[in-house]
Amino acid sequence: MTMAIPSFTVETRTRASTFSAIAVIALLLLAFAAPFIVSRGVIQDLFFILTMLVLAQNWNLLAGYAGLISVGQQAFVGFGAYTMFGAVILFGVDPVVAILIAGAFAVALAIPTAFFTFRLYGPYFAIGTWVVAEVARLLLAQWKALGGGTGTSLPRDATRDMMGVGFMRDLFGMKTSEAGDALTYWLALILVIATIGFIYGLLRSKQGLGLAAVRDNEQAARAVGVDAMRMKTFVYLATAFMTGLAGALIYVQKARISPDAAFSVTDWTAYVIFIVVIGGIGTIEGPILGVIIFFLLQNLLADYGSWYLLMLGLLGIAVMLFAPRGLWGLFSDRTSIQLFPVRRVLKGGPLNLTHKGGPHG
Amino acid sequence: MNWLDTILQGVLLGGLYALFAAGLSLVFGIMRLVNLAHGDLIVLAAFLILVLATTLGINPFVAAVIAMPLMFAIGWALQYFLLNRTLGKDILPPLLVTFGLSIVIQNGLLESFSADSRRVFAGRLESASVNLGPVTAGIMPLMTFFSAVAVIVCLNQLIYRTSVGRAFRATSDDPVTAGLMGIRPQRIFAMATGLAMVVVTIAALYLGTRANFDPTSGPSRLIYAFEAVIIGGLGSLWGTLAGGIILGVAQTVGAAMNPEWQILAGHLAFLAVLLFKPRGLFPRAVD
Repeated sequence: MTMAIPSFTVETRTRASTFSAIAVIALLLLAFAAPFIVSRGVIQDLFFILTMLVLAQNWNLLAGYAGLISVGQQAFVGFGAYTMFGAVILFGVDPVVAILIAGAFAVALAIPTAFFTFRLYGPYFAIGTWVVAEVARLLLAQWKALGGGTGTSLPRDATRDMMGVGFMRDLFGMKTSEAGDALTYWLALILVIATIGFIYGLLRSKQGLGLAAVRDNEQAARAVGVDAMRMKTFVYLATAFMTGLAGALIYVQKARISPDAAFSVTDWTAYVIFIVVIGGIGTIEGPILGVIIFFLLQNLLADYGSWYLLMLGLLGIAVMLFAPRGLWGLFSDRTSIQLFPVRRVLKGGPLNLTHKGGPHG
Repeated sequence: MNWLDTILQGVLLGGLYALFAAGLSLVFGIMRLVNLAHGDLIVLAAFLILVLATTLGINPFVAAVIAMPLMFAIGWALQYFLLNRTLGKDILPPLLVTFGLSIVIQNGLLESFSADSRRVFAGRLESASVNLGPVTAGIMPLMTFFSAVAVIVCLNQLIYRTSVGRAFRATSDDPVTAGLMGIRPQRIFAMATGLAMVVVTIAALYLGTRANFDPTSGPSRLIYAFEAVIIGGLGSLWGTLAGGIILGVAQTVGAAMNPEWQILAGHLAFLAVLLFKPRGLFPRAVD
């Protein structure tokens, strides 16, 4: 007796995602053309949004997918930024090349950090990462060649003669400062695309499925052969790399560094956590929505100083309590729209299973 | 440099860190909750003592006694109405809510008290000292240390000798079964956090009288408390005292070599313990 084997296919694509793929391409073309269209102030704002988005996507990958809740990501921002400064000031490396070196150094810091902090149980891991960031800050504040505790600036020539700036000046007739802003903006845009591309690709892959399994139930995942420790280490190092790149890029644009600013827990971790939590943790769309809300709130409430942060804290608490999957989660639950679908849906066969499992599984 | 003196000062400083840590340790032991706002709550209590002492014109020790029930109420309400909602298998909600709370408290204090450094004045006690043979010790640091010992003795008595303590331990082991025996875990948790806030008030009294503090001092107090807990090993209050002492000695020895190394030396001692004894020096709990 034979039985017809139903032809199942596993898909992650949805109609909205096909539509969004087209929209994303159009948006990207527009984004790349932005320096020719909008003013320099707008480009600087967009640069801020893009770099915060990179940090947020990375923190989201760590906390929302790998279950590693770090409050010490400023370690990699600061270390990346300081590596870039060191390479430029001490060795005369081109800032653009120095950004890549900074990414490599951030990974080099992440290896011992992971070695120490992975020994700590869940919530204590969070504070452990913070201690490492403090150690890095205190050590770099001792480094007199880079300004010690008061910090230092990038030499003017370094940013003026940066790779590509002269070329853009000649080709597009931009002023040097304009060309510098456009270059850092384009690099930020490329970094955002690479980060989201990497995360989306990872989550759709076999490894991503393993990661989701580890997050949902570590014992069960290990029982079916997922190497949880290896996955977590890989994600931790990858996010350190991208966070280090973002940190270096932010400080190429700022051109002025101090240990307290580069390792600021508020700027590089608290804001990032609120962006992810308010937007929606555990989704790729969440941080994108979150960073837009964050930027609008910041512009609206910039004059209120610490009231702004206080309000952001309250908003974060409220979202965590009443909408744990953030604003995007609320939207997605009501509309079933996913722009970056990673949920695997079984299609075809006699049953036509459209049964949905847990989110993002 | 007088090594004996340096080490004595470090041991006494360790008492302060043990006081910071005892509340954190208690709450973690009972409900596996790590409160990232712990340091900010210490600073909040210090401001409360400051306000009470200056507006009523009373001694800070009396002010701390008045502050204790207030802080107990704050802790109880915080746990009962906010933090209990976040407890569960997932560690993300409690961490993120307490992190948000930390930012809220810091900026609330900044708005109310500005960023100025403050200090609670304890009068003549501040400069008083006793001669202990080759070394002298300040009365305030000695009181800090003995308060830490007293707090730990009291907490241990409470946990192991009273019916409330039995309820704490039962809820810690298995909240569901404890619930079947007529214990309401929600209330036990609220009580534990309230109690932790009483310890926080004692810690705040000594924080405020021995050094300057400002609204942003909280996070580093949290880090010291956490380091003391991890160095000592989870689940043991005496271990936490030992952890505090090790941290304190590392800091004063570091500071004696170079004033800029004080904090760094403490962190490095913590990392060294984590490297060689990942479960702390005196681990008790199995989890």
